[in-house]
Amino acid sequence: MAAPAEDRPRVALQDVTHRYPVARRRLFERRRHLTAVDNISLRIGAGETLALVGESGCGKSTVGRIALGLLRPTQGAARLDGAPVLSLDRRERGRRAQLVFQHPFAALDPRMRIGPQLAEPLILQGLRDRDDIAARVATALTSVGLDAALRDRYPHQLSGGQAQRVVIARALTLDPSFLVLDEPLSALDVSVQAQIVNLLRELQAARAMSFLFISHDLRVVDYLADRVAVMHLGRIVEEGPKDQVFRRPAHPYTQALLAAIPKPPTVARDAPEADASDPRTGDPPDLLDPPDGCAFRPRCPLRRDVCRETPPPLQRLQDRRRVACHAASDGVASPSGD
Amino acid sequence: MAWFVLGKCLRAVGALWIVLTLTFFALRTSGDPALAMLPPDWPPDAIAAYKERWGLDRPLPEQYATYLLKLARGDFGNSFRNNAVVLDEVMRRVPKTLSMMLAALAVTVTVGVGAGIAAALRRGARLDRILMALSVAFYSVPNFFLGVLLILLFSVYLGLLPTSGSETWSHLVLPALTLGLSGAAVFARVTRAALLDTLRQPYLAAAQARGLSWPRVVSTHAMPNAAIPIVTLTGLTLGGLIGGAVVTEAIFAWPGVGRLLVISVENRDLPMVQAIVVLIAVTMVVSNLVVDMLYAWLDPRIRLGGER
Repeated sequence: MAAPAEDRPRVALQDVTHRYPVARRRLFERRRHLTAVDNISLRIGAGETLALVGESGCGKSTVGRIALGLLRPTQGAARLDGAPVLSLDRRERGRRAQLVFQHPFAALDPRMRIGPQLAEPLILQGLRDRDDIAARVATALTSVGLDAALRDRYPHQLSGGQAQRVVIARALTLDPSFLVLDEPLSALDVSVQAQIVNLLRELQAARAMSFLFISHDLRVVDYLADRVAVMHLGRIVEEGPKDQVFRRPAHPYTQALLAAIPKPPTVARDAPEADASDPRTGDPPDLLDPPDGCAFRPRCPLRRDVCRETPPPLQRLQDRRRVACHAASDGVASPSGD
Repeated sequence: MAWFVLGKCLRAVGALWIVLTLTFFALRTSGDPALAMLPPDWPPDAIAAYKERWGLDRPLPEQYATYLLKLARGDFGNSFRNNAVVLDEVMRRVPKTLSMMLAALAVTVTVGVGAGIAAALRRGARLDRILMALSVAFYSVPNFFLGVLLILLFSVYLGLLPTSGSETWSHLVLPALTLGLSGAAVFARVTRAALLDTLRQPYLAAAQARGLSWPRVVSTHAMPNAAIPIVTLTGLTLGGLIGGAVVTEAIFAWPGVGRLLVISVENRDLPMVQAIVVLIAVTMVVSNLVVDMLYAWLDPRIRLGGER
């Protein structure tokens, strides 16, 4: 299932950093910046699903927008099939990479019928023949399990599940090789979630698409992902094959996230118990004024002196896994050692 | 859709009836027109004759019924002041006021929406801050003062435009600016806010991801969705323009309905005032009707209701 990271992956983010300027609260205050993404490198192979997990506001969605070329990072670059995504013609970029959002109704233009919304990317790619466009719109709708007659509806006349299928159909009309799924399930009912997850798996298997799956729902991640990257305050703190990360989480933050899941299928057997200094009880630090050293230190049960001075580098802990933690790289937090 | 339009029209007629009823009673219970029109030293029998001549001696309900019956035949009565046929007098002046109002509305919408779009697309940049500062300035200046400033600048110092009168197109420029610019300031703010709100919507990011150019994203997806509050505001602004027209017509000696209204109120020329108020109400009701239709066209959720 998991395609190994090749020499030239489908998607690659290299040393990407993004800072947002923050509005000044007082006149003459020095303009401050919020570092939403801090020196991140990621790779996604063909047909592979990389899940990006972490709490709200940690920069997950910013990574998705940078990977799609919708946002120019402050530093670093995103590449698609080896080419810098920002250098691609916008039509070419649209043909290769698409995205699906959390709120399907917000992702659809409320004034446009479904048909024209699905036809728009096709027309943009130069299709002119009306019958051809109509046929492809109908195919797109049926490929996500919808009735082609829905093309005459407005978004508000759809159910949530139908709307999310339309959003997926729209992303698929150009047959992209890379899909960013930004919390595509969290606004849907559980029964609908299962349908959409299965739909995504089928589509991926049929078209060898690469997914960047952004989520905070680790149960869905467990089901869909080949690899998992855990983000904390703009940084990757742990990244590796899903089974390794979920069964033997090396970073205390990953452990906390996993301990917070009600009943995860893979993890339940040997997940570590949350201890007294449960990180879930603390708030994440102020992004505008991050602590020195390790950003997770204030909430960390394993903190030590070195964490105060030096931010832990992302190190290859064992085969195909990277972790940013002083304690973990000493083997303390990782039962399986190096 | 037909039911939608019919319902709106019926409500419009109801609104008109309420307006003319209120006007009728308010005018008649707030002072005696005979005393206002005639010199104070007139003999009582002459005053009584005047009242009888205009039917002012009849009980109010009877006067009201007579008024409605005449109105149903399109008869607004004759002026107390000079016995002129009210409808003719008003209609003679309507084109003047209408041309000024439409020119002002054009200024309001084009300048306001244009500035609002520019400010939203350059949010936080210098252009945005300059435009928003100008917007506060133009909104704060009362239009009689703005009119005088514009006359000073364009007529007195630059000598480009006439100070008063209504003969040519160049006469229309200053009144239209005077009447339209404060509205434009409001439009700029509302347009900016509405567009910024729409620009945050994920469907715009999706449109961009599909490869649409930014100008096309804004023109085909953002603007139509941001247009709803702007359309609302247009309807409300039309009402304000009529009030502003009274003042602006006075500044520029514009022979329109506004001036006639001022003269008629001063003289308690009841039929004239009533006719003008009804005219204003018709304008408001019709513009609101148009706005409602525009909503339905702009927003399928209103047009189709809960239809599934």
